[in-house]
Amino acid sequence: MPTRIDPRGPRFAAVLTTVVLAVVLVTGSAWLLAIQGLVFAAGALFGLPRAPYGLLYAKLVRPRLGPPGELEDAAPPRFAQAVGLVFAVVGVIAFAAGLTVVAYVAVAAALAAAFLNAAFGFCLGCEFYLAYRRLFPSQPNTTEVAS
Amino acid sequence: MVVAAVLAAATAFGLWRRARDGRVVEARVDEQPLGPDELGAPLGERATLVQFSTAFCQPCRAARATLAHVAADTEGVVHVEIDAEHHLDLVRRLNILRTPTTLVLDGTGRIVRRATGAPRLADVRAALPA
Repeated sequence: MPTRIDPRGPRFAAVLTTVVLAVVLVTGSAWLLAIQGLVFAAGALFGLPRAPYGLLYAKLVRPRLGPPGELEDAAPPRFAQAVGLVFAVVGVIAFAAGLTVVAYVAVAAALAAAFLNAAFGFCLGCEFYLAYRRLFPSQPNTTEVAS
Repeated sequence: MVVAAVLAAATAFGLWRRARDGRVVEARVDEQPLGPDELGAPLGERATLVQFSTAFCQPCRAARATLAHVAADTEGVVHVEIDAEHHLDLVRRLNILRTPTTLVLDGTGRIVRRATGAPRLADVRAALPA
């Protein structure tokens, strides 16, 4: 049984991510983007409920809401955090290297993805997964060989 | 300015995607039929609902529930779920770009309909071959 989480947690995280990335786009702050990158990294490594926005959701928002109508798998939003991290890293490196246009494109792409998640519930990062696997097939692992 | 443009473009994309997502459409006629060997399961007498899924796919669960429901309450209809990641040859041959993608096969394995995104129950029922 895969880990299940309250789907409103990732949605709340997407709202905060949208706001932070919009501020990055307006101010051009590489530092703020780096902080958002750390938040993405925490979500990808430890899972969204244990990343900063997830903790904020559990502490501030969840107590004011009723129980969730349904739970969702934890893996897709966690994968999307890793995709977000890639964009944040590209953005920070580009800012540091003076490639401002590249940095803004990376931030704009991440902002669009976060906004689509917040407003429509689409997990754009998740949708990259099959395309990614089509380009880079996974190595067959031992469990598959055994089955 | 840039923020407004990005959000406007994302909204347009979101509305477009929401309108199209899960729609069941006619499949291209030149596709090769699918058989039990490729599916790893026998074909349904009337129809087979072939669902391509991945581990990192939110709407796959909703699609699974819908298709399993139709298969359970319709005589001769079976639901087969394929892990796209481990069947990339098939994924490339059928040009599957997103999950869930659902193919509706008739009794001979010919692909008659296709839906990208989680399809609605009524649309799946309407798409079943007679």
